Amino acid sequence: MKASYGKLMMWYFLLSDAFTFAGFLIAYGTLRFSVPTWPVPDFVFQAVPFLSGHYPLIFVTIMTFVLIVSSVTMVRAVQEGHRENRQGVVYWMVLTIIGGAAFLGCQAYEWNTLINKEHMSLTKNPFGTHVEAGTYIEGDDHKIKAGDTFKAGDPFLIHQKDGDYQLLKYTASDGSPGQQQFGPKAFGALFFFITGFHGFHVLSGVIFLIIIAMNVFSGLYAERRNGYEMVEKMGLYWHFVDLVWVFVFLVFYLL
Amino acid sequence: MATGVSYEESKKLVWRGFWLLGAVTLLEVGIALVGNGHVIDGFRLPIWIMYPAMIGLSAYKAYFIVKEFMHMGHEVRDLAMSVLLPLLLLVWAIIAFLWEGSAWKDRRDVVKERSGMQVNKKTSNLELKKAEDIPIEYTFTK
Repeated sequence: MKASYGKLMMWYFLLSDAFTFAGFLIAYGTLRFSVPTWPVPDFVFQAVPFLSGHYPLIFVTIMTFVLIVSSVTMVRAVQEGHRENRQGVVYWMVLTIIGGAAFLGCQAYEWNTLINKEHMSLTKNPFGTHVEAGTYIEGDDHKIKAGDTFKAGDPFLIHQKDGDYQLLKYTASDGSPGQQQFGPKAFGALFFFITGFHGFHVLSGVIFLIIIAMNVFSGLYAERRNGYEMVEKMGLYWHFVDLVWVFVFLVFYLL
Repeated sequence: MATGVSYEESKKLVWRGFWLLGAVTLLEVGIALVGNGHVIDGFRLPIWIMYPAMIGLSAYKAYFIVKEFMHMGHEVRDLAMSVLLPLLLLVWAIIAFLWEGSAWKDRRDVVKERSGMQVNKKTSNLELKKAEDIPIEYTFTK
């Protein structure tokens, strides 16, 4: 056979996984097209650890870089494997594992901010977008004061006070009364499900990387004299995880 | 790696890949932030510029990762095609399902209008398809 069986089978598995994620992301697109408004991503994702201000999209950009770096270290590991350099492979794989673990930590921070600080859940989405222009009659204890104006398309976050959501009342520009509404329910469910599914792939990737790194360290692959092909196959999976993130990042945070 | 490329060169190529992916990522995020008015006060970019640019840049990142990091560029042609050609199905899938989602919104607006509920004029296409023109079989009220 002109191609390695193991590599071919890994590619076919990745192809099937690609269709799975594509299905989820396409479902996101379908549901998003089916509702009049959608939360504005650069408003929803503004938190950065250790900093108290608002920095739209900065933290998820950092997460993207973490995965890119871990992909680069993985390529170096595979290269060292081709040279049968056992120590080099272990070194670069350990760096990859650290990158993967760092990404998981970042994702945990994101989830914690959304669930515990902003009170978003699978069924409740407090991030909304205004459908009409108007003036707030009352304020919340955060950024909105009575008398603040907004236009259609402006995003807002419904905060909680003593455990209850505060839906602020406003007067629309045509004089009719209005009240903040929760954003589309699908947003929360889709966000947690898709980023959770991806995060699960990162977690299983990290676990596999640890196992393969330990095998490398023990000299198992040196005996096979195949250029550490197992490391290369693991590298394919890890790059796939990075690739999926490229599209999750694009769809959820940029578009 | 490809035969004929030295070890030192291979290492350089990998780091060049890192800078390339990093630059493309920063460009994507830059377009998103500038286009949404976060950089220059009041300056926004229209969606028909932002979206194709960001999608195109992400597609390029995917192409680069598959071709160079995953070595697909150096694999046997038949193997590569057997993996990549099925992905063309997604072109149909994306178009079909986004169209479907849009149709759901239109249907819901028709139902709302016929039920006497308020329809948001800015986000609905009801003007394009007059409610009366839609056959009765497609509505929930008879």
